[in-house]
Amino acid sequence: MSEPTADRREFRLHPMLAVTITRLREFTRQPEAIFWVYVFPLLMILVLGSAFRTQPRQQLAFDLVESSGSPQLAQWLGHEGELSWKILPESECRQRLRTGKSQLAVKALAPDGAEIEYWFDPSHPDANALRNAIDGKLQRAAGRRDPLRVSDRPFQESGGRYIDFLVPGLIGMGLMGGGLWGVGFAIVDLRIRKLLKRFIATPMRRSDFLAGIMISRMLFMVPEIMLMFAFSWLLFGVRIHGSWWLLTGLIILGAVQFSGIGLLVASRCKTLEAASGLMNLVMLPMWTLCGIFFSWQRFPEAIHPLIRWLPLTPLIDSLRSVVNEGAGIVEVLPQIGIMAAWAIVSFAIALRIFRWRED
Amino acid sequence: MSEELAIEVEGLVKTYAGRPPVEAVRGIDLRIRRGECFGVLGPNGAGKTTTIEILEGILSATSGQAKVLGWEWGKDDRKIRELIGVSLQETELSDKLTVEETLSLFRSFYRTGITVAEAIARVGLQDKARTWIKKLSGGQKQRLAVATAIVGDPQVIFLDEPTTGLDPVSRRQLWDIIQGFTNSGRTVLLTTHYMDEAERLCDRIAIIDAGKVIAEGTPHELIRTLGAEHRIELTWDGLAPPELAGRLRDLPGSVNVMLDMHHATLHVDHPHLVLPQLMSILGESKIPLTNLATRHATLEDVFVTLTGRHLDDHQASGAGKPGR
Ligand SMILES: Nc1ncnc2c1ncn2[C@@H]1O[C@H](COP(=O)(O)OP(=O)(O)OP(=O)(O)O)[C@@H](O)[C@H]1O
Ligand SMILES: [Mg+2]
Repeated sequence: MSEPTADRREFRLHPMLAVTITRLREFTRQPEAIFWVYVFPLLMILVLGSAFRTQPRQQLAFDLVESSGSPQLAQWLGHEGELSWKILPESECRQRLRTGKSQLAVKALAPDGAEIEYWFDPSHPDANALRNAIDGKLQRAAGRRDPLRVSDRPFQESGGRYIDFLVPGLIGMGLMGGGLWGVGFAIVDLRIRKLLKRFIATPMRRSDFLAGIMISRMLFMVPEIMLMFAFSWLLFGVRIHGSWWLLTGLIILGAVQFSGIGLLVASRCKTLEAASGLMNLVMLPMWTLCGIFFSWQRFPEAIHPLIRWLPLTPLIDSLRSVVNEGAGIVEVLPQIGIMAAWAIVSFAIALRIFRWRED
Repeated sequence: MSEELAIEVEGLVKTYAGRPPVEAVRGIDLRIRRGECFGVLGPNGAGKTTTIEILEGILSATSGQAKVLGWEWGKDDRKIRELIGVSLQETELSDKLTVEETLSLFRSFYRTGITVAEAIARVGLQDKARTWIKKLSGGQKQRLAVATAIVGDPQVIFLDEPTTGLDPVSRRQLWDIIQGFTNSGRTVLLTTHYMDEAERLCDRIAIIDAGKVIAEGTPHELIRTLGAEHRIELTWDGLAPPELAGRLRDLPGSVNVMLDMHHATLHVDHPHLVLPQLMSILGESKIPLTNLATRHATLEDVFVTLTGRHLDDHQASGAGKPGR
């Protein structure tokens, strides 16, 4: 064996960069990770976007209860495009109402249709609207004259639809999951495989290592988010009204904040079970409270201060303002402040309590 | 230069907290010279890994002092980390990285070192440079672990059971690699369960049991402490006549006799002087001998003599069975 010759001039990668590249390599070689990070959010947009797509004109579907007066009602109603109804026996109408298959049943109490009964759940807003619409039709068919002239003007501009509300929510959710799972799991996994221990036996700086893990996480997220925006623009015409720079900044800040929280969650966990339990504990309240699918303002006023301070809320709120309303940096400063606070505090605590060694 | 100490350990104690606390290391002193290959031997749970991990700066000692190349753990940690290379007993390197990628990651951690290609060549993995770790055999993984230990061109190399689980050929390959380091003036500290490995590879050895050094010296010195360096082993069928034990013990030149139903081991200094008389005793007593063998005493015998146990089993078992 020859005398080892140390090559002291060899080009050496910066350790932080080396960790980043390594993580990127490992990530791109895991098909299942690619699916969860890149494909799953797109599927989510596709499914939810189509489910809540605003239809051109709503179908008014209901049942007619079979009785001596039902032929008269049928004649008044006709079968125009938006109406969809069937004449069914009374027992079946009840059954369909009970099981939610229909929202309204109409029964003529007199053979000439002069007396009508509506069966529906009054606490249900859709059923109420349906009842009123059908009632209006029948009254008009029976000879009522409306004194006012009205016309409808559909208002569905980009920015105001449900899909426009949903996409920033899903992006916030993706950033949360990506940061927590991506950073947290990676670290616990390294700890279990004793690689963390192996690394600290080298002169590697711990900060380089942690920064490398986080940077790699952010690099996966950039294409993820761009894909999500591109996809929802192509399919649903979701447009970004505000500044791209501001949006990018918010996304990075969100990613940093959740990586910090992921680091904190993983800082002492010794098993994947412990880590995933803890992560779910952290994420569950945010999934439900922070307004991913509907506005958090709908929760009772009393818990608004709490919701406002959860890390996901400022992220989603600021994304929505910038994407849908074209908000500028000044308008989202409060949200930026909260996220920055979360990022700094979680990092500071995580670095302090992080378990590098085993004893 | 070679008399300078590479590793200096004084009064090392490590107690793992817990209920009950585990006293894994209970006062160990070691002085390892530069350029030496030093072996730490001992049964499972003896405290080998604990000791070596303290020297690697991965664990902190409960008390005592550990110095590497004159630098002290706890004061000059970064300095030491640049100068040492480590292969842990159980590390799972990332499956989906290639040999080359793994080594270039480790290389990036050291300010100075050898090239990745050279590290690969030294452990003979050139054919596998672009192979995912998932697809390496156990022996190739062990060699890669050693390569990660040397890619920073360390002065002191720590190898915790580098050959456990390897086939004889792979073991010999690793021995050659390790000998290459010591030949170039580097210091190697390794742990092992294999006596033959320690005898062949190590300049000096410490035998550890229950957290203490129970013997230390060159393999030859340790074997010499037994008093008689040769073993004569006898095996027979059926029952031995009752007077056999006494007659064997009375043999001139026999230091010690261990006897059970079908087996006897004689500790002797000069087999050629004892054997003729032994043969005539055996002939007279008409024992149906099935085997007679002479061998050199080994470190295994040292361990058995010191502890009454074999190195590769926890429970004290009869001393009749041949060791590994
Ligand atoms: N992290 C730990 N916490 C508590 N006890 C431990 C820990 N690690 C090791 N021990 C205990 O310390 C003792 C020494 O363990 P160590 O790993 O040093 O033995 P070893 O000589 O390397 O054994 P082996 O040959 O099996 O590798 C054992 O009794 C073990 O159970
Ligand atoms: Mg061990």
